Amino acid sequence: MLGLEKKDTRLFLIVIGLTMLAPFLLNPFPEGSEMAQFNAGYPDLMQRFVIFGIFAIGFNILFGLTGYLSFGHAAFLGVGSYAAMWMFKLFGMNVVPALLLSVVLSGLFAVMIGYVSLRRSGIYFSILTLAFAMMSYALAYSVLATDMDGPDKQGLMQKGLTGGETGLQLSVQDPRILGAKAGADGNTPVPNFFGVEMRSATDLNVGDWVFTFSAGYYFSAFVMLIAFYISIRIFRSPFGMMLRAIKSNQQRLNYTGLNPKPYMLAAFVVSGMYAGLAGGLMVAMDPLAGPERMFWTASGEVVLMTILGGVGTLIGPVLGAGLIKYMENILSKINSEILHQWFAWMPDGLEDLVVTLIYPFIGKGWHLTLGLMFMAVVIFLPGGLVEGGQRIMASLRGRKDKNKKSDPDADVKPAE
Amino acid sequence: MDAILLQILNGLDKGSAYALIALGLTLIFGTLGVVNFAHGALFMLGAFCAVTLNNILSLSRTVVDETQTDFLGNPLKVEVPYIHDWFGPEIGASIIEWSVPLAIIFSIPIMIAVGFIMERGLIKHFYKRPHADQILVTFGLAIVLQEIIKYFYGANPIPTPAPSAFTGSFDFGTMLGFDPGTIIYPYWRLVYFFFAMIIIAGVFAFLQFTTFGMVVRAGMADRETVGLLGINIDKRFTIMFAIAACVAGLAGVMYTPINSPNYHMGMDFLVLSFVVVVVGGMGSLPGAVLAGFLLGILESFASMRQVVDLLPGINQIIIYLVAIIILLTRPRGLMGRKGVMED
Repeated sequence: MLGLEKKDTRLFLIVIGLTMLAPFLLNPFPEGSEMAQFNAGYPDLMQRFVIFGIFAIGFNILFGLTGYLSFGHAAFLGVGSYAAMWMFKLFGMNVVPALLLSVVLSGLFAVMIGYVSLRRSGIYFSILTLAFAMMSYALAYSVLATDMDGPDKQGLMQKGLTGGETGLQLSVQDPRILGAKAGADGNTPVPNFFGVEMRSATDLNVGDWVFTFSAGYYFSAFVMLIAFYISIRIFRSPFGMMLRAIKSNQQRLNYTGLNPKPYMLAAFVVSGMYAGLAGGLMVAMDPLAGPERMFWTASGEVVLMTILGGVGTLIGPVLGAGLIKYMENILSKINSEILHQWFAWMPDGLEDLVVTLIYPFIGKGWHLTLGLMFMAVVIFLPGGLVEGGQRIMASLRGRKDKNKKSDPDADVKPAE
Repeated sequence: MDAILLQILNGLDKGSAYALIALGLTLIFGTLGVVNFAHGALFMLGAFCAVTLNNILSLSRTVVDETQTDFLGNPLKVEVPYIHDWFGPEIGASIIEWSVPLAIIFSIPIMIAVGFIMERGLIKHFYKRPHADQILVTFGLAIVLQEIIKYFYGANPIPTPAPSAFTGSFDFGTMLGFDPGTIIYPYWRLVYFFFAMIIIAGVFAFLQFTTFGMVVRAGMADRETVGLLGINIDKRFTIMFAIAACVAGLAGVMYTPINSPNYHMGMDFLVLSFVVVVVGGMGSLPGAVLAGFLLGILESFASMRQVVDLLPGINQIIIYLVAIIILLTRPRGLMGRKGVMED
């Protein structure tokens, strides 16, 4: 289907099914029950799953295929956000032109940064990308936000190009050429896709369960499916093969008379465009853009997502993004009272002991769990969750099809 | 002239911190060939050693003081640190006041132990793995360490003052014949600078003039040959890792009065220290120290009023800008050797 191999088609269909049924799948517990806090099926979080999924898929095209570890990928996320925001402010509230501009601008930005950074490899490349991203952050934070304090001639409320610390927000005074300056209720207008407001949602009540279908989620999910499809095609294309060759032995590639630089630059730009798309989508879902999206911690987060899910695998980055965002939103909500409720069946002393032991790892301490998980994955499972899943599947199937591994090219070791 | 001198002085303390962290990073990289992203966390652990010692020394019992009363006439409850009971109130108070310098002694065994456990428990298994894996696992470790500190000490900065003998600042300008009040410099920053110089000199002397240092330098040059000569180079490298951890920790201990420690200070410094290491040249110890001071001073020059007016925002980006220019024009950094991390 669509020019994919049988295995990839199956994977793609599974991903389509999962994303389309996500409002059901992520809401397994009835409303009002004790377990309802583990439901992740609300639009805000589901949107974040798919948006960060796009970000991680893009990062994986660079890191998974070429092995170049960029520590400044958040810069493109930020550029995409600002671009989409300006499109909303100046042009109109339709998300399509906004997303187009964020992809194009972040692509151009990636060409510039990539051209310079890719002259070095290894840790130097990481430091260069980090330096560029931190420079963009500092510029967005200060220099590009210095000219004015109040509304200017056009009625723009923010300071300069980026709005500095407060970031960019929509305002009813923005000169939207192709669109209403204010929404029907007089407030700031809402991003829409040819009339369908991103914020609109319908609830479906089935017994005790409440399922929310949000236009914003389905729009982002659709964009993610396209992004995912493109990434499958890149992985299976001769271009993807070339990138893998760069990862395994660049010197050898040079000796065969091929110049790897244009391929790497292309990979870097594609990956930057994915990040820009994710940034634009973030703004489309929630019209706010601030410099903190470019800070190096945001770059670190996408690295964590990709590694946790599985570097160089198709589905891994999406899984990693989902897991981290789930932990960030759900695990961080648990507090000691809830823990006491859970372990109430234990004898008192034991209950207190168990709660004290678990408490550092949940609630505000969820980063600790994340860090430990991440370390465990790097140490024991370099292939991430995907490799873990494969190992479990393999051991379940037994030794029968040991020679029939699920990923045939994982075993092929190039001669060094 | 005096303005320039002031900026150089201002850059020295931050430069010292950069130099100390970069020195440790380079020591680890030069010996073990590991890129340690958790080095900033070691700096932070050092700073929290000082906080912990201060907390331990101020452990107190509550007594009812009959001589003091509140406005209702009830006797006040006064906290008396145990240390006052043991050494008498005057010596006790001055011990608490000098907790930061005392923390140097307190932190050395702790940091050496932390470094030793880290190397034997984790880093050892990553010698043969790609640099990307080393970066990632130490990055994870840094997150874990800083979250542990956050759990125990909270997210707010904890002010840890210097001994009152060093709290003021002195008029450096008058000593050099400038007008009074032009160059005013806090004492503690000067202490920090001299402390950093002593540590740096100590590390270099240790490597240069002791047999142990000679073996380590030989191992840095050619690990395999040293191993073939029957020397247990791994053991020595582990000790060097512990020393590097100790250097970072001491840098953190002494930095607490300048900047109140919080759980993410390590990461803030680490990002910049990596830039420093790369600018200085990966694997070059003098390069790391030189680049540390250079970038510290450059940063302070860039934040001068006149410079900022001319080029707005330059103070925020100067270090990164310099790093980019140096990496592109001198790929090995200022003093990098050939063949280090060239692949």
